[in-house]
Amino acid sequence: MKYLDEFRNPEVAHQILEQIRKTVTRPWVIMEICGGQTHSIIRNGIDQLLPPEITLVHGPGCPVCVTPLEIIDQAIAIASQPNVIFTSFGDMLRVPGSYKDLLKVKSEGFDVRTVYSPLEAVDLARNNPDKEVVFLAVGFETTAPGNAMAIHQAAKENLTNFSELVSHVLVPPAMEALLSSPENRVQGYLAAGHVCAVMGWWEYEPIAEKYKVPIVPTGFEPVDILEGLLIIIQQLEAGKHEVINQYLRAVTREGNQPAQNLISEIFEITDRKWRGIGTIPASGFQIRPKYAAFDASLKFSVGDIQTNESPDCISGIILQGLKKPTECVAFGTTCTPAHPLGATMVSSEGACAAYHQYQRLRMPVS
Amino acid sequence: MSSEFMPVLSCPIPKTDYDTIQMAHGAGGRLSAELINKFFLPHFGNPVLNKLDDQAVLDLPAGRLAISTDSFVVDPLFFPGGNIGDLAINGTVNDVAMSGATPLYLTAAFVIEEGLPLETLLAVILAMAEAAKNAGVTIVTGDTKVVNRGQCDKLFITTTGIGIVPPSLQISAGNLKPGDKVILSGTIADHGMAILTTRKGLSFKSHVASDTAPLNGLVAAMLAVTSEIHALRDPTRGGVAMTLNEFATNSNVGILIHESRVPVKPSVQGACEVLGIDPLLVANEGKLVAIVPAEQADRVLRAMQNHPLGGDSVILGEVTAENPGLVVMRTRLGTHRIVDTPLGEQLPRIC
Repeated sequence: MKYLDEFRNPEVAHQILEQIRKTVTRPWVIMEICGGQTHSIIRNGIDQLLPPEITLVHGPGCPVCVTPLEIIDQAIAIASQPNVIFTSFGDMLRVPGSYKDLLKVKSEGFDVRTVYSPLEAVDLARNNPDKEVVFLAVGFETTAPGNAMAIHQAAKENLTNFSELVSHVLVPPAMEALLSSPENRVQGYLAAGHVCAVMGWWEYEPIAEKYKVPIVPTGFEPVDILEGLLIIIQQLEAGKHEVINQYLRAVTREGNQPAQNLISEIFEITDRKWRGIGTIPASGFQIRPKYAAFDASLKFSVGDIQTNESPDCISGIILQGLKKPTECVAFGTTCTPAHPLGATMVSSEGACAAYHQYQRLRMPVS
Repeated sequence: MSSEFMPVLSCPIPKTDYDTIQMAHGAGGRLSAELINKFFLPHFGNPVLNKLDDQAVLDLPAGRLAISTDSFVVDPLFFPGGNIGDLAINGTVNDVAMSGATPLYLTAAFVIEEGLPLETLLAVILAMAEAAKNAGVTIVTGDTKVVNRGQCDKLFITTTGIGIVPPSLQISAGNLKPGDKVILSGTIADHGMAILTTRKGLSFKSHVASDTAPLNGLVAAMLAVTSEIHALRDPTRGGVAMTLNEFATNSNVGILIHESRVPVKPSVQGACEVLGIDPLLVANEGKLVAIVPAEQADRVLRAMQNHPLGGDSVILGEVTAENPGLVVMRTRLGTHRIVDTPLGEQLPRIC
């Protein structure tokens, strides 16, 4: 399959690995921001192939993982109301709230549905004018255009029975928050290729300059990731800190302008709480006042919710790259994908779930 | 709904007072009799069923009896490559055949939602009759019930199959031995992706069709070259990953498979990539996984490849003493990872 097979080619991957081995002389800690890349790294065992000098740490780029508990609890409260059709991407249904998850709400007889696109939720609103249709709009810059488009479409059709519960997060402020932390170990970033496909990579240039870290927008296949790592390691070894784009087939410096225009028409930047990490200034989107009619957090009175986080879950530390999932005492014992304590064990993009699914044992490379 | 995949009827709809199912069709009176006599018997009819007794009385050959039952609730009823009727026959035939048995007889029970078009029911009946003929089995008894609108979704079918196991065979998921080979009979994930891409809401164009097929002929071809087959299973819900994990657990052995050998059609792979789904976890309805001693593997593989339903058969991997209870994949990069059981359904009601 074009654009996939060549980026999964084992010969090319091993040639790049050889270049990495020849280039590296010292220990380096590199973070992949995006949970999709974490999944690909663990699934393909890329971490097993790297020379021992290279430590990969896994970043907070899993939207399911960083959606704050308050939002999950609000979603559960809204979904538990009669006359509501509550819609969401599939993974969010299994994220534990303080006391239950959305699947439990569904089994209690409420109308909770998985959709593949927020526009499906708009279709539902059009076809069920006597119901309130709510979409749980989470994610990074990647899902923002689709979620903005849904509100744009609903507004155009005057579908006042459609609304979104928004918990959008942004990558660059999170990268800065991690870099400015006294505990920071990260010396270079693989940036998320699909985020950059929407937003471009110009926003990373001041971060690379300020914190002296190389940043490389990178794709998701093994060859992409290895090439991204090579570009970072070459820079680290040479004392450079530039933004260099690996994901040439999808990403430009300026990004997708129509998508950005749509986002800024519907959303504005706000402070946002990240589950396990805390509030990061100017790190999220919220619906602009002009579109307040489509804001589920205003339409439904669900503000006053007391959350209850599991004390055994260290997902915040995992999401900051300070510990590996296997260093958590609950990993694989009291916390499993079937009974997750925290969101990092739920989504396939969560580091804990990826380790549990693919690498519970350390296995040989042959 | 799925009417675009409903086949053109090969016979006219019998004349009745109604064109949809009424509650009275399940009430045991005149309409019930009409449904049986005009719709079911002309297509399923055989000397045992035609007696219309409350039970089938069968003369069976000597040997051990294999029996299996399965309910079919697939949504949509018609999809590319098949329909609920094909699944109801082939699914149960395959479950019986995975013991090495020759499937002989089926029972069929129908739960029908009030309001189902009789044309739809007839299309399913015709598909079942054709599938039963292809599989060489006879439907010997059955039942129909009608429920109020909204109490089931259009049509649910339960079939039970029986067959006779030849005396020498000991085929079971608990029989795997280290050194055995794992053989897969062809491309994976066709059925599950056909259902998924047909579902309302997933409107992208694809050329993916269900692989629903009766596997008893393929099993017979394999048994013709050796009776030394340790385990057989058709990897339906949960896909090949689920079947291999069940084998590894039941036999307390490890299984090593090779990523480069996993056969997936490009169209199916494309649909899986778009939706972020691992084809190893997706249902099949016309494939089998066989565990065979290494010294028999090549002969069995050739017999499978010479059968119309096994042309793409491959040796996927081998049974190991290491990692008991786990399935491990050697990736194209030469690394290893666990192939886990799927946590839940990728999608409900796929069969």
